[in-house]
Amino acid sequence: MVNTKVVEVGVGVFVALGLAALFMLAMHVSNLALSEGNDDGYEIVAYFDNVGGLKVRSPVTMAGVNVGRVRAIEFDDRTYQARVTMGIGARYDKIPADTMANIFTAGLLGEQYVSLDAGGDDNYMKDGDEILITQSALVLEQVVGQFLYSKAAEGPAAPPAATDDFDPQDPFAP
Amino acid sequence: MIELLRRLGRGGIGFFQRLGRAHLFLARVLWGLGELYPRPGLVVAQLWSLGVLSLLIILVSGLFVGMVLGLQGYNTLVDFGAEESLGVLVALSLVRELGPVVSALLFAGRAGSALTAEIGLMKATEQLAGMEMMAVDPLRRVVGPRFLAGWLSLPLLAAIFSAMGVLGGYFVGVGLLGVDDGAFWSQMQSKVDLRDDVVNGVIKTIVFGFVVTWIAVFEGYDCVPTSEGVGRATTRTVVHSALAVLALDFVLTALMFNEG
Repeated sequence: MVNTKVVEVGVGVFVALGLAALFMLAMHVSNLALSEGNDDGYEIVAYFDNVGGLKVRSPVTMAGVNVGRVRAIEFDDRTYQARVTMGIGARYDKIPADTMANIFTAGLLGEQYVSLDAGGDDNYMKDGDEILITQSALVLEQVVGQFLYSKAAEGPAAPPAATDDFDPQDPFAP
Repeated sequence: MIELLRRLGRGGIGFFQRLGRAHLFLARVLWGLGELYPRPGLVVAQLWSLGVLSLLIILVSGLFVGMVLGLQGYNTLVDFGAEESLGVLVALSLVRELGPVVSALLFAGRAGSALTAEIGLMKATEQLAGMEMMAVDPLRRVVGPRFLAGWLSLPLLAAIFSAMGVLGGYFVGVGLLGVDDGAFWSQMQSKVDLRDDVVNGVIKTIVFGFVVTWIAVFEGYDCVPTSEGVGRATTRTVVHSALAVLALDFVLTALMFNEG
């Protein structure tokens, strides 16, 4: 049998290694370090026509800086809009009352987030306030659809390849 | 025809009898665990043979699993120009699935089979009966420490496995394939959630550790006390542990990660 001291030291190293690995997973791999101030702070509400791919816990940013997270997304059956509740960190208590909320996409196909554009009002947002100016998520299909419609509208004015010696109605004409 | 029915019935009754015996055995082992409190040395000795001696295989396989994930993930992600997400892919697959499952399978093969063989051989050489003669309950003296040590070891081993895997993925992705260092970690940290991913993974390993160790000590304690019986019990430990881990993993995953 192995020496008792070796056993004890080995087990101690093993347990320390396991706890260190857990600690590393918690601190270095997961978002524990990022989710500070999640429970304190205050909530503001915004109504969007379309939230696209926005999810609960999506980031809320101002000038690109993360200031909070989306807490809840519900459908409002009076206005037929999406009601998005955002939790804002207590440190960011000077958001003007006429701030505008947009839903943007990180990268071309990345996740969606709420971006707040500060207004110029002297009054600040308080708990439960509503953002009045909002802009919906950009839905890719709508953008492509609009692009195609606009192309089709200007289509007859600028035919791309109508040369004299090629008639699409009668391609084999001399 | 009658013979077939009779054999089916006997098999069914035998199955339920074994199932019941396994649960009664578990209840008695759990009941006896409290007696270990004044004697931690017994558990430490088992932590050595179950945990510390499994460390090497866990470290090496964790590293290589992470490296393979990094390589395979990079080859797929680079087509979409999303190779910065490699850290997310490696960390999520390790923390949620591969860490708990692969280390439980390795643990069943490395430590569970050894447990079964050890206890089975004790039974075959009538050491367990000898203990009972001396008014020592083998469930408390032999099975209890092994059960507790195995149950405690697997979560630690799985955490080490996942951490090594992340480091292996980092080594391949950032070191060899040129993924950006900062993006690798920052994307990982923003997408891996402590409660939803890491803690759920740890809960999985606690369940797996319980089940694998339970199967191993029960098969050893319940084996036919011959050399052939011990061999068959050891095989059954590995097979049943693997099946139980994979089936439970599906159930736990469905319970934990079913929303978005």
